[in-house]
Amino acid sequence: MSTTDTTAVGQGNTTPSGTSLLEVDDLHVEFKTRDGIVRAVNGVSYSVDSGETLAVLGESGSGKSVTAQAVMGILDMPPARIPSGEIRYRGQNLLTMSNEARRKVRGAKIAMIFQDALSSLNPVLTVGYQLSEMFRVHRGMSRKEAKARAVDLMDRVRIPAAKERVNDYPHQFSGGMRQRIMIAMALALEPDLIIADEPTTALDVTVQAQVMDLLADLQKEFHMGLILITHDLGVVADVADKIAVMYAGRIVETAPVHELYKNPAHPYTKGLLQSIPRLDQKGQELYAIKGLPPNLLNIPEGCAFNPRCPMAQEVCRHELPPLHEVTDDSGRPIAGRGSACHFWKETLHG
Amino acid sequence: MAETGEQGATAVGNAQGEPILQIRGLKKHFPLTRGVVVKKQIGAVKAVDGVTFDLYRGETLGIVGESGCGKSTVAKLLMNLEQATAGEVFYKGEDITKLSGRALQAVRRNIQMVFQDPYTSLNPRMTVGDIIGEPYDIHPEVAPKGDRRKRVRELLDVVGLNPEYINRYPHQFSGGQRQRIGIARGLALRPEIIIADEPVSALDVSVQAQVVNLLAGLQREFDLSYIFIAHDLSVVRHISNRVGVMYLGRMVEIGSDEQIYEHPTHPYTQALLSAVPVPDPDGREGRERILLAGDVPSPANPPSGCRFRTRCWKAQDVCAEIEPVLEVPERYQSEPGEPAAHPSACLFPEERDIVGTAE
Ligand SMILES: Nc1ncnc2c1ncn2[C@@H]1O[C@H](COP(=O)(O)OP(=O)(O)OP(=O)(O)O)[C@@H](O)[C@H]1O
Ligand SMILES: Nc1ncnc2c1ncn2[C@@H]1O[C@H](COP(=O)(O)OP(=O)(O)OP(=O)(O)O)[C@@H](O)[C@H]1O
Ligand code: SF4
Ligand code: SF4
Ligand SMILES: [Mg+2]
Ligand SMILES: [Mg+2]
Repeated sequence: MSTTDTTAVGQGNTTPSGTSLLEVDDLHVEFKTRDGIVRAVNGVSYSVDSGETLAVLGESGSGKSVTAQAVMGILDMPPARIPSGEIRYRGQNLLTMSNEARRKVRGAKIAMIFQDALSSLNPVLTVGYQLSEMFRVHRGMSRKEAKARAVDLMDRVRIPAAKERVNDYPHQFSGGMRQRIMIAMALALEPDLIIADEPTTALDVTVQAQVMDLLADLQKEFHMGLILITHDLGVVADVADKIAVMYAGRIVETAPVHELYKNPAHPYTKGLLQSIPRLDQKGQELYAIKGLPPNLLNIPEGCAFNPRCPMAQEVCRHELPPLHEVTDDSGRPIAGRGSACHFWKETLHG
Repeated sequence: MAETGEQGATAVGNAQGEPILQIRGLKKHFPLTRGVVVKKQIGAVKAVDGVTFDLYRGETLGIVGESGCGKSTVAKLLMNLEQATAGEVFYKGEDITKLSGRALQAVRRNIQMVFQDPYTSLNPRMTVGDIIGEPYDIHPEVAPKGDRRKRVRELLDVVGLNPEYINRYPHQFSGGQRQRIGIARGLALRPEIIIADEPVSALDVSVQAQVVNLLAGLQREFDLSYIFIAHDLSVVRHISNRVGVMYLGRMVEIGSDEQIYEHPTHPYTQALLSAVPVPDPDGREGRERILLAGDVPSPANPPSGCRFRTRCWKAQDVCAEIEPVLEVPERYQSEPGEPAAHPSACLFPEERDIVGTAE
């Protein structure tokens, strides 16, 4: 295993051949609560390469953010605990690294854009100060230099009149603007991998398009990997290379982007796609998957989706489906496709 | 009361009955200050700058627009959570921008808000049960003490959260789950008007569909009126009877969902619609997008004339001089039945089919 040069910026090619930029391998995360153990992540595996975009979709509460937080090493432990699994960055397991080595990776190499822009920004410091700090601490720039870079970055994420607003506090910006400041912060040190947790949820569609274009441009320029967690299936269709769908702390389906939309192989994915409202339609009632999401204190036995699944059979109530390889009509595996459903074949063709 | 609004617009013709809220020339300017010890005002962020519209009983008015254009500020002004710089908000004939104390409290029972930020709007030290039940402390007449837990459990169920979660704290929930807590709280008092600021943006599409169906059901049942602020134009279309489009502190176009989505006449609305990502990866390359040039101008220093002119591909010299009024454009006034005949604040309005339903 080679040690990677942690001072170089945005190098795309130091990964030992055969390993991905980031691999999450059979990760488990649980929380201790007053009412018992909440099993939030139950064996998640995914990987992303340099220059690649992996979109993580799924039920709200299914463990998308918790998985990302585990990768970043920012879970509060306790109450969180990682009983098993590995998270490998360029082949090195982050979970067994020294704290210092890990700190070097986090922020500079892997950066995260959070779902909650307001609570991730410090309310008593100006946004300009918070951006400048990054350059001062990690790049040793002078105050003046750093401030100029901060304005530059704010410009890049399209904050109007950046120069005048660099001394404003977070609460003086709209929700969408705060989100763009978060994006600026993540991009500041030109990391190899960006984990974006709903980066455009708070943005209007025109700014969203600009921000996604910006992320895509920078991704190409620096050959970054991108893990995009989002509920917006339109954005996913626009930018993703491949998709992982989560339900109750597991990956239930993986597929290249075109395949998934055209031909889902898991009933949950199918229900999700059916629920999308369309711009050119005004229906009476939107399709919605029936029932409630599972209580993670007490995940249903067998397939966690079985109480809500229109295709469920007896076997689904006691046998946990593994992630099956999905094959085409002649039995050849389709690259990158998997489905954790006993009846993936029927789902694919039904 | 008279039409005192600067933009002079009344709502479109399909008005069902009486308006429950009338907003006239509403403004909110936030002072821009310099200096730490001695604060000196050097200008103002014109977050909302003369907005006029009506909300009818039982209808849903969607509000869309660029981030930072003032949607959340309008919402807060309607609740009197921010003090208006100018303008009026009439609720049943009473200007609530002038109310305070007990009179304001009484009105607030009937106008509830679901906030945009599910992270900061929930008190981290209160359990979910207490958060959702808190409105009953302020308005005990709605639910007798012994009845509250039961009501809260019902509300949790209604928004698709497990009632067993009643004793958990906000940080133990995911983003989408927290947003549903906010919705449950907004519903607790069974208000007449709900102002929902991005109520479904953090939800997966299936839960989103459940919540949208839920809101629609409650509306039918209790004749509720909604103001629904969102960035997802498909969701807005689905739930709204009418839609208002805002740009830089002003309303630039308003009409029925069909008028706005299928017959938009304002260039900004057209650009907005063209930017909606389509959930189909095969359509990635084929779509026509109107890419807006330039940056969003600062609301502290909006352009003269038409505020959209710095980014509008149709802008003429005159657009810098004349401020277009939100009214039915002259060229469509002779055809009142035509869908293009709805208020649009543009000097050169022109229909353009963006969504492609006309085929
Ligand atoms: N500190 C905690 N204690 C107990 N449970 C927790 C804690 N943090 C998260 N959870 C639970 O873990 C599960 C996964 O949460 P996570 O935030 O990863 O969901 P998500 O997939 O990102 O959802 P969303 O799309 O709504 O953001 C949720 O059901 C949540 O209730
Ligand atoms: N307390 C404040 N002080 C100064 N400026 C403010 C304050 N609150 C809001 N603003 C400014 O007012 C403008 C409108 O903000 P608002 O939050 O209403 O926008 P929005 O349309 O809701 O945007 P988004 O879609 O991003 O939520 C923004 O330019 C914002 O920076
Ligand atoms: S395994 Fe059974 S319950 Fe689970 S998704 Fe497949 S059919 Fe449905
Ligand atoms: S008034 Fe002029 S600048 Fe404004 S939207 Fe119309 S054409 Fe464009
Ligand atoms: Mg999340
Ligand atoms: Mg807002």
